[in-house]
Amino acid sequence: MERDNIVVRFCGDSGDGMQLTGGLFSSLSAILGNEISTLPDFPAEIRAPQGTLGGVSGFQVNVGKGVFTPGDKADVIVAMNAAALKVCALGSKFNKQGATYNEADALFKKDAVVIVDTDSFTDGDLKKALYATDNPFTELGLPESVQVVPVALTNLTKEALKDSGMDNKAVLKSRNMFALGIVCWLFDRPIDKAIHFLEGKFAKKPALIAPNVKVLTDGFNYGQNLALSINQIRLTPATEQEHGTYTSIAGNKATAWGLIAAAEKAGKRLFLGSYPITPATDIMHELAGRKDMNVMVIQAEDEIAGVCTAIGASFAGDLACTSTSGPGLSLKSEGIGLAVMAELPLVVIDVQRGGPSTGLPTKTEQTDLLQAIYGRNGECPAVVIAASTPANCFQYAYEACKIALENMTPVILLTDTYLANGSSLWRIPQLSELPEIKPQGVPEELKGKYNPALRDENGVRYMAIPGMEGFQYRNMGLERDAEKGSISTNPENHQRMILARQAKVDQVADRIPEAAVWGNADSDTLLVGFGSTEGHLRAAAKELDCALLQLNYICPLQRNVGDIIRSYKRVIVCELNSGQLAAYLRSQVPNVTLLQYNQMTAQPFQVEQIVDYVNNL
Amino acid sequence: MVPQDYKSDQYVRFCPGCGDHAICAALQKAMAQIGVPPHQIAVISGIGCSSRMPHYLNTYGFNTIHGRGGAVATGVKTSHPELSVWQMSGDGDCLAIGGNHFIHEIRRNVDLNICMFNNRIYGLTKGQYSPTSPKGFVSKSSPFGTVERPFIPAELVLGARGTFFARTLDVDMPTTVDCMVQAHAHKGASVIECLVNCVIFNNGTHEWIANREQRAEHSIVLKHGEKMIFGANQDKGLAIEIDPQTFIPRIIVVAADDERVLVHDAHQQDPTLHRLLALMGQERFIETPPSPLSEGEMELPVALGVIRNVEAETYDEAVNRQINEVREKSKAKTFDELTQTLEHWEM
Repeated sequence: MERDNIVVRFCGDSGDGMQLTGGLFSSLSAILGNEISTLPDFPAEIRAPQGTLGGVSGFQVNVGKGVFTPGDKADVIVAMNAAALKVCALGSKFNKQGATYNEADALFKKDAVVIVDTDSFTDGDLKKALYATDNPFTELGLPESVQVVPVALTNLTKEALKDSGMDNKAVLKSRNMFALGIVCWLFDRPIDKAIHFLEGKFAKKPALIAPNVKVLTDGFNYGQNLALSINQIRLTPATEQEHGTYTSIAGNKATAWGLIAAAEKAGKRLFLGSYPITPATDIMHELAGRKDMNVMVIQAEDEIAGVCTAIGASFAGDLACTSTSGPGLSLKSEGIGLAVMAELPLVVIDVQRGGPSTGLPTKTEQTDLLQAIYGRNGECPAVVIAASTPANCFQYAYEACKIALENMTPVILLTDTYLANGSSLWRIPQLSELPEIKPQGVPEELKGKYNPALRDENGVRYMAIPGMEGFQYRNMGLERDAEKGSISTNPENHQRMILARQAKVDQVADRIPEAAVWGNADSDTLLVGFGSTEGHLRAAAKELDCALLQLNYICPLQRNVGDIIRSYKRVIVCELNSGQLAAYLRSQVPNVTLLQYNQMTAQPFQVEQIVDYVNNL
Repeated sequence: MVPQDYKSDQYVRFCPGCGDHAICAALQKAMAQIGVPPHQIAVISGIGCSSRMPHYLNTYGFNTIHGRGGAVATGVKTSHPELSVWQMSGDGDCLAIGGNHFIHEIRRNVDLNICMFNNRIYGLTKGQYSPTSPKGFVSKSSPFGTVERPFIPAELVLGARGTFFARTLDVDMPTTVDCMVQAHAHKGASVIECLVNCVIFNNGTHEWIANREQRAEHSIVLKHGEKMIFGANQDKGLAIEIDPQTFIPRIIVVAADDERVLVHDAHQQDPTLHRLLALMGQERFIETPPSPLSEGEMELPVALGVIRNVEAETYDEAVNRQINEVREKSKAKTFDELTQTLEHWEM
């Protein structure tokens, strides 16, 4: 069987190594020339009780060609235990008594291949997963079209490792490799490549290489020799990739690396002040490990200190960043206001999650948009941009730094859980290919005459840095005199300064590329979205044969956004919130009718639901 | 360098008679004595009367937001350890809204010189009680007297494992300058509690020692390596004794020529004695009116000068050292070299 693309979901206990297994399979597929899009889906609890419904962790990947999203529903499921099978079969209704499979809720299609570990369906396992009977498959009401492939994963893994001398616990931890072996066979992935990849993955724990390779190989051979009663699937390789060196990268790592590249390009030291918060912490982890790149990371005492240490570093001349998620952005608001008033470059990364308050920390949402644009006291404009794929988190993190340093303004970069933890193919750039970054400085002739109100022809204030002789100045959060730079409470001056700060942010629109629509530009229908929904909206636009305007630059908007929106008869703003982008666009592009498609489930869009919605308009 | 080199062109807007004027003048004098040129100094503040200080100094300055001066200063010093970084703060800015940053900059031992102006009142918001106002203090926000127990700043500093603590008084210019010079020389977080008078909202709050007639009897200026002697006639000394029942050590006043008179050792790592010294004449004043001496309790002088001054690695040194160590060992030093460490393939 040959397919363009296929969606695989690995599902098990949060201790079963599903994220690792899924990650390995994704990277392997990417190396073999497939496009990938991944969606890790894990519970908020680090270790929920083993075998329970609350502890089920999943990793979904869409591989093949023309891949825009991790896929709505899986074609292949690997369920490591009874709880995982239930969660996959019932989807959001897994907790509802008496619920049975229906395709709308289920995480897999009705003709899916479901590989289950039969050794994890004992009475005890069924009890923990809250089954009422001892026949889970009948109880779940799986349709006959679902192809269940029972494999005694646990016993087969034990058999594979019987001579390894490993203890039972370590043996059980390797079950995921047996499953991966079977999946590699199923998709005709060459086993030697997988082994090579595994060796790289465990390079720091060499003792684990041999047993994992053994289990992986046995799993592969099991699929091949014991002739599982399923057909192998061949995926069409991707053809449209630009020539180059590629890797697979997760959004948070790409974000961190974008900052590193920007610092080097700008000739600045990278400074991150941050505080642990899901799902942004991996950015701090990555940068804390990058001392080789001269990155300074302060794990601050709180979110406020995160942004304030960064502001201090920016004042002192570093490329300063802070990373957080929604609750942290709330706490940083006053600090960001200070950076606006002090007109200092600052990059704030908000990896959005389900809110408000603590909300759904491990889930995805786009609900911080208006907070990013408006959520500060006073007239407090800042630049807001959004990444739209895991890989282009690199590009937009880089862009955020460039805009901040060249325009003396805070820039808020929006990503979200979906981008942060998902991965996609990334063509590795050379630093020389990346756009120049020219941080704002101060002309030497201002020595002895400098004050912080002096601006260049674009309205961007000149920046002196402590240590420069003859440029000493006092920065502050108080309003400053537009001429002298000292404290001012003069009414006209205040208005003048508000307008100057706004004009400075507005002129950023002159320095960014114009917007372009994707898909069928001649259609009368335009979907509009921002950030991480790009993949889903592309897939929907393709199916609907309509146009898509996916925004990466939000504040300021690109100059031609109004013209584009006005040129379509029917405009539907699709977002993972109650209509924040639509509200913002109405204020920026007045007198247009915007329809809305909003989803607030803290999950990515389902392409089919968008298509249905538009078709039924 | 002379004090004039550190004065900015801004008119000093503290209220006439405010203790902050004296601290400002002392700071300019101390900076001239230290000799670091103005462009290599950054003075960071939060919000409050004391936090106006950067505007009056011809150095780099940053008057930030309420309570966050410590965090901003940490960022400045850590990223640029070559700068001399000072933090100006008050009892509200430092111990209430900025309390978390205060204890953490001390815990990390960031090489900052922190002047904490303690007037035991919120002045800029026109007279509310602060975390150092004594219990029972009547203010606009405590019309019936506060029921809160105040901080004694020294306890907080030592509790956060502080390496430097000094106390000075607005009207004692030589001690203030000396504390500042020593704070600069000390590597690490140096806290100077500046007892200042708020002439408008809390006039006379430090009268017990600020009063010229009483000061010599009610305070002692500690100097490292010198005997602890005080009094208008320099006739009193401090000694320590252990209570035979409870084994609790306490400071006692003895005659100046008593052989038990202690010699001040600010460099002693063990903070036990520093704490006893820093708490002298403090505990009675956490209430208003001050609680009377209990029977047999001696009137102890308030300690001024540098009480604790010990060495420990600073955060800014440590973090920069670690970066340099990793960089020396690592093969990848640039972005292009870094990307080569990734699992990658040609397409």
